[in-house]
Formats: sequence, C-alpha cells, structure tokens
Amino acid sequence: MNGNHDAFTLGPLETGPACCVPHPLIQVRNLSLQYDGKTALDTITLDIYQGCITALIGPSGCGKTSFLSTINRLTDLIPRCNVTGQILVGGQDIRHPNCDVQTLRRRIGMVFQKPVPFPLSIRRNLSLPLNEHGVTRKNEVAAIIEQVLRDVGLWNEVHDRLDASALSLSGGQQQRLCIARALALNPEILLMDEPCSALDPMASGVVEDLICRLQGRYTIVIVTHNLAQARRIANYAAFFWVRERAGQLVEFGRSQQIFESPRHELTAAYVNGSRG
Amino acid sequence: MPEIIIPVSVRQKIRDFSLQGLMYLAVLLVSAVFVWLLADLVQGGMAHLSWTFLTESPRDAGRSGGIASILVSTLLILLIALIAAIPLAWATAVLLAEFVPIDSRFGRIVRFSLYVLAGVPSIVFGLFGNAFFSIYLGFGFSILSGGLTLACMLLPILTSTAEAGMRAVPDAYRLSAAALGMTRTAALIHLIFPAAAPALAAGLLIGIGRALAETAALLFTSGYVDRMPDSLLDSGRALALHIFDLSMNVPGGDMPAYAAALVLVSLLLGINSLAMMFAHGLQRRRILT
Repeated sequence: MNGNHDAFTLGPLETGPACCVPHPLIQVRNLSLQYDGKTALDTITLDIYQGCITALIGPSGCGKTSFLSTINRLTDLIPRCNVTGQILVGGQDIRHPNCDVQTLRRRIGMVFQKPVPFPLSIRRNLSLPLNEHGVTRKNEVAAIIEQVLRDVGLWNEVHDRLDASALSLSGGQQQRLCIARALALNPEILLMDEPCSALDPMASGVVEDLICRLQGRYTIVIVTHNLAQARRIANYAAFFWVRERAGQLVEFGRSQQIFESPRHELTAAYVNGSRG
Repeated sequence: MPEIIIPVSVRQKIRDFSLQGLMYLAVLLVSAVFVWLLADLVQGGMAHLSWTFLTESPRDAGRSGGIASILVSTLLILLIALIAAIPLAWATAVLLAEFVPIDSRFGRIVRFSLYVLAGVPSIVFGLFGNAFFSIYLGFGFSILSGGLTLACMLLPILTSTAEAGMRAVPDAYRLSAAALGMTRTAALIHLIFPAAAPALAAGLLIGIGRALAETAALLFTSGYVDRMPDSLLDSGRALALHIFDLSMNVPGGDMPAYAAALVLVSLLLGINSLAMMFAHGLQRRRILT
C-alpha cells in the first residue's frame, strides 16, 4: 500500500489568481423599458460575467427578450419604445450618443428563436455581413467561413455545397448557420433568444452542445423556457417575473444556487414547476 | 369495422350540384367573352397582318402601309413614362415600406393620395398633361408630354405594388441584418430589394400593360401625327390611339384597325403572362421562406 507512494504525489500547490474570478462584462443599471408608455421592464440591475453562460428564465411576457434586445440596441428599431437606465459593455456606455450602433452589434452577436437564414447561398449568408464590415479580401473571407462553419460543426455537412441555397438546409442546420454568421464577425458576446425552441429534439441537442462548446470563448446570454436546458448549460441564471404586467428581475445567482437553493419563493415555485 | 354512412338528403345534393353548375357557368361566360374577343380580332386582323405591316409607316391615313412609326412612337412614350415614373415610385415605396410606420399620419396621407390618383379617369390626366406639360412647360404635343403624363398615371400602380412587395419581405430579415450590424441601406440593397424583386417586376409589367393600352391621356399630350417622330419633342401617335382613329375617323380603315388591335392585344397578352409568371415566382418564394 505504501510502496508506490511517491508516484501519486501532486506536489505543492502554487499560489496565484483563481482561474475564474467573475469579471462583469455587461453591467446593467436601473434599466427600464416602455412600449407605448407601458412599462415592460422595471429597473433591472444585473451583471453578466465574461466567458460565462447566463440563462434568463421566467414565464412568457416577463421581458426576457426585451431585455436581450436592449443589450444590442435592437430596441432602437421598435417605434415608441423607450429605454432608460444604463448599460455598460466592457465599461463603455452603449446608450451614449457617441456609441456607434453598427460597431456595437458587431461586438454583440444575436441568434433568434426561429432560424433566419437569408434567401441567399450558404456562402453569401456568411460573407455578406463580413463584406459590410469591410472584410472583403477573398482569402480572408473564405478562411473565416471555413473556421466558423467548423466551429458550429457544419463544415463536414455543407463544405461541398456552399453555393446551395441556405433555405435548403434543415431547421437545425439553419440555426447553426445563423450562429456561424454571428460568430463570423468575431463578437465578444452572443445573445440567444430561445435558439432551440423552434427545433426538433435531435437538432436542439446538437445546438445545445454547440452552445456549451462556445462557453469561455464568448460571453453568452441565453433566453430559454427549457429549465432542464438552462440547468445543464448555464453558469448563471437570472429569474424574471411579471408584476403588474412589468417584467422584473427576481433573483440572480449561480445556476446551481438558483435551481437547488433559490432564495426567493417565486423562484422556488417556478423552478420546481409549481408556478409559471 | 362498419362503414360509416353519412346520409345526404336529395335536396342538399341538388343544391350542391346547381351551385357548382352556376359557378361553372360564370367561369364559362367570363372566358367566352375573352375568347370571342380574341377570335374576332384574329379573324378580322390576321389577313391584314404581315411583316411589312409591322415595318412600314402608315400611308393614306393608315388605310395602307403599316404601323412602324406608330410602334416607335408607342415605345418611346412608354420608355419616357418608365424612366420618369420608376425612380419616383420606387423611392416613395421604399419610404412608405421601410421608413414610415404603417399607421403613421404621413403614410396614410401619401397612400390616400395614391388611391385617389389611381382612380382619376385617364381623360383628366390627359387634360392635366396638356395644361401642364404641353402648354405650361412648353413641350407642346410631343412624345415627351405624353410620356410624362403616362408617368403620372403609372405612379400609383408602381408605388403600391412595390410597397406591398417590400412589406411582404419578412421582418425577421430586417432584424437579423440589423443584429449583424448591417446598415439599413445594406439590408435594403442586399436583402429587401432582391426578395421583393418578383413583386417589383410584376408591378412594372402591369404598369407597362396599362401604359400600352392608354388612349385618352395621350390624345391631348402626344398628339396623333402618324409619321415617324424626329425627336422626343415631336408629336407621335400611340398604338391604341391609332386603332381609335382608324375605326372612328377613317372610312375603310377597319382592316388595318383590326390588325393593329391584334398586335396590341398580343403585346398585352405577352406582358401579362410574364407578370403572372413573376407573381407565381413570388408566391413560391414566400412559401420557401
């Protein structure tokens, strides 16, 4: 029993910074949002940590998608939508008039619930946004296309038909193409609005695995109604609830804590399936 | 497993049957009118129609010779109308579909004006064109005056078809493009216009069809001189006007009138079939997306 003792010694522990001190990349302060004067989000304050997956959970209509759209300022496109409060991304106030929205959206990719491939070829779907952001050298574009298609596990499936219509892909493939399209711009943050809910269970599983693989490289904020999925993939979870038709943040914490020892009774009821 | 028998009374059967019969009758009547018209044209005009009819200019007030100068005038008027109307109409459509909320006051006013414009009788356009282009701007009775008057008539149809086509493009494209940091202009050029192209083309062809068939608006603007036009400021007779003149004012002009009408209807048939093909393509595309 003592014979090979030395072989199993790991050696002394070196001191140094912990590998994952949470660093807030997105800081949301007192964010409120009104559609047509009706409050949809009520004073949300929340930190989203770099390199982590943060799941937004809660019942329908509690403002999760609205919250997501304020981060890349897609709410700008909605008429009569009024946003107040502060959102800092990497310390920069994104609602400041000097913040260029095109550059911001390049830093913050978004994936929607229903896959939205453009009615163009697979290649053009990826090259169009790149071209628009000034990446026009053919070799560079081709390299990025191959890289992101490999990242989302589509390369082997489509490399011999890049000029086929993106609409000819299956639903799951389309969603992975959309993720690849967002990744092609080399964003820091990925916003995902129920990216699996329009897919069948098999395709949903593939996309979920993909999201897990992206953890660490990207800061991911994902809206999901699938609590099991949130539990599987998220590092942090934010629980939203509707009070008087306005979405509020009830509880935010490490995913394990939210699901296993929620502090708020609404959270407990929701994650146990007795409310919502 | 026992067969399920749904009892249907004889009265219901008769009602079903007669209703179906009535619908078939209506369809038959509608198609009969078209077929009769076409047959009449072919019967009356085919004998007079020949290659020289298309390549010679009219002589003796159109009784002999052909319609070459008429065709040239018609095409020039059409060309001017399209060059003037397309940029205005499509720019308006982009504004209405992409930049103005559908329920805004401004959009409603513009759309209402276009509806009214679409309903104005063509003779009124003719008088307006005569007063404004021919007299006020001094273009006289000319192909230019006629073309610009036609352009005014085409604005509503071109604008409304283009607006509808662009509105039919799913909003998801606009949102996705914006989320990718693409500008509105880029989304418009690379996504919205291509996706709306079948609708734009269909609207364009319908407009061309209308312009080709127009008579009253051109009577007061492009005039009815039947020789080959020298320039855009020269008067030129449009095909529909030629048919009108031959059949109403020229004794013995029936045969060439028939032949000219046959040419006009063939052109319209061709253009409308093209329009249908594009509209069909649009539908298929919508199902795909």
